[in-house]
Amino acid sequence: MLEIVGLRARVGGKEILRGVDLTVRAGEVHAIMGPNGSGKSTLAGVLAGRETYEVAGGTVTLDGKDLLGLAPEERSWAGVFLGFQYPVEIPGVTNATFLRAALNARRRRRGEPELDAVDFLALVRRKMKALEMDEAFLHRSLNEGFSGGEKKRNEILQMTLLEPRLALLDETDSGLDIDALRVVAGGVNALRAPDRAIVLVTHYQRLLDYVAPDRVHVLSQGRIVLSGGPELAKELEKKGYGWLQTAGTAGAPARS
Amino acid sequence: MTQAAAPTTGDARTALEARARAMLDRGPAWLAAHRRGALERFAARGFPTTRDEDWKYTSLQPLARAAWTRPAPPDLARAREALGRLRLHLSGGLTLVLVDGIPVPELSVLPPGLAGISIRRLAEAAVARPEFVEPYLARVAAGGDRPLADLATACFEDGLYLHARRGTCLPVPVEVIHLTMTAGAAVFPRTLVVAEPESRITVVEHHVGLTDAPYATLPVVEVAVGRNAAVEHVLWQDDAASAVHAATVAVRQDRDSRFASHVLTLGAGLARNDLGVGLAGEGAECTLDGLYLVFGSRHADHHTRVDHWKPHGTSRELYKGVLDGQATGVFNGKVVVHPGAQKTDAQQANHNLLLSPDATADTKPELEIYADDVKCAHGATVGRLEEERLFYLRSRGLPEQAARDLLLRAFARDVTDRISIEAVRARLDRWMTERLPALAGREEGA
Repeated sequence: MLEIVGLRARVGGKEILRGVDLTVRAGEVHAIMGPNGSGKSTLAGVLAGRETYEVAGGTVTLDGKDLLGLAPEERSWAGVFLGFQYPVEIPGVTNATFLRAALNARRRRRGEPELDAVDFLALVRRKMKALEMDEAFLHRSLNEGFSGGEKKRNEILQMTLLEPRLALLDETDSGLDIDALRVVAGGVNALRAPDRAIVLVTHYQRLLDYVAPDRVHVLSQGRIVLSGGPELAKELEKKGYGWLQTAGTAGAPARS
Repeated sequence: MTQAAAPTTGDARTALEARARAMLDRGPAWLAAHRRGALERFAARGFPTTRDEDWKYTSLQPLARAAWTRPAPPDLARAREALGRLRLHLSGGLTLVLVDGIPVPELSVLPPGLAGISIRRLAEAAVARPEFVEPYLARVAAGGDRPLADLATACFEDGLYLHARRGTCLPVPVEVIHLTMTAGAAVFPRTLVVAEPESRITVVEHHVGLTDAPYATLPVVEVAVGRNAAVEHVLWQDDAASAVHAATVAVRQDRDSRFASHVLTLGAGLARNDLGVGLAGEGAECTLDGLYLVFGSRHADHHTRVDHWKPHGTSRELYKGVLDGQATGVFNGKVVVHPGAQKTDAQQANHNLLLSPDATADTKPELEIYADDVKCAHGATVGRLEEERLFYLRSRGLPEQAARDLLLRAFARDVTDRISIEAVRARLDRWMTERLPALAGREEGA
């Protein structure tokens, strides 16, 4: 479903991704792990269309369709969802206004009728309940003054509303206490479906205790240097990332 | 600025001073004396230039360099047609229409039975009700260096007089629509609002041009807010893109009175607003809000001044500007706390959002404090639309333009939310929906 071949990307002239290859099939959950600065967030940002990154080579397709030529909103319409590591605060736009605008933008593109306020509220209340979110969140400015955990829950709420084909979660587990982590993980698990792929970008093993990945990849110095099953995450937890640095620079072939 | 023909290039001073001389003997003697004094001051001083500190960032060349004419008789059919879409259509509401500065009763809507409210032509009220007009007309807006208000006082022919008697609370806003219809004319709309003690009145003044050709409008609004009275005033400026709009609003507040001002600057190629509020009684409170949306190569300048004369006064001021294209915006907010005005609480903020690399905003707070037990704060910012916010919204499927509009509205929101009249908020919202996408970055002259 998601096919990344030889992806290279630069930020401010510095090459961060140096030839990433990754295939994610429908129904799978993949975890991308790696030390700070390895390019994990860059990879997620490039897939979602963040314009500060300059794509220098390679291809990315979703269901065979080229993603790299699309604007961020077009990628969203194609089914890409990025859960932000640092969700943005927007004073003056209520969460409800934003969620409904996002939902209806997508429905319009698909030729579906827009949801009116009543139907929207019914839907969003149901989703919020599952995430143990207070309805008061709807009427607050988007992410403004939200705690770290509240922001991440709000990301998951958006994801469950938008029902993406490909969900990229960028460090969604960072900064969460254990209760919030459990709720967020529950939201992710609820979204697992045969026609959907989920890519978890994470620094920690912890999230993977709750969301069992099908595949685990290690990104180091802009390349995937190691791939394996769920057991790889456990191994990384024990050994850290230090031993990989050398493997990466030596250009060791990825086990796959 | 536009495709339309400019009026004959020439000297506005000569043309307008001649017009003022013809007005010198109009009205009662006290008014004639004001006119004479105003004309003498203007004749001696002339138009301000960018060498004047208060006009440093605003060139009045477009106003000074044209031989503006007197307005022609109004085309009532055309005015009536425009009013159909301009009126707020408030239930039980009254609409007063002035064309080129002159009240037109045939176009106005006055429901019967407005107890406690007196609405008249200003020229007539000056003769019939001097006890209410003389203390305020050309006096509230006097003092200091006000060349444009002087010019307007010397030239105006008529205007609107709104008077709320003691204890009267008008339940609906008074809607005033100022239409400018004569291409190449200079017009001098004049409004006097007198709110007697304990009264309450809301006035919405909506300025619209029905010609694409250049014109100049120099409105003067004087407001006297009596003891414990409340006045809300909306100056909603949607003049033509080729117009010069230079308004003076002057307010005098008695003890415990409240005044709320909302300035919405949406139009005019050159817009200048001078708003002055004198808190002349103890415990008086004013709220001054402003929103300016400036596009293309337009220029909008807001100068405000609050004088705290007595103790326990409160002033709250929030002006926000959105600037695109090569637009320029100026905000100058002066707060003077005079000796003895203890326990004054003054807050002021001005925030600007630049949508293009060529747009600029100058902002300057000025605090002069001559009392020692006061609370004064001010803040000013000039920023850009945050790319990360835009990306966030787009990544959720909002098209770029929709995302920009949403962020713009969010920016303007705390100002627009404070307008108490729902119909005005709705109209402003519609204006943004219809005009923002078309204006953004690709307007006339941009």
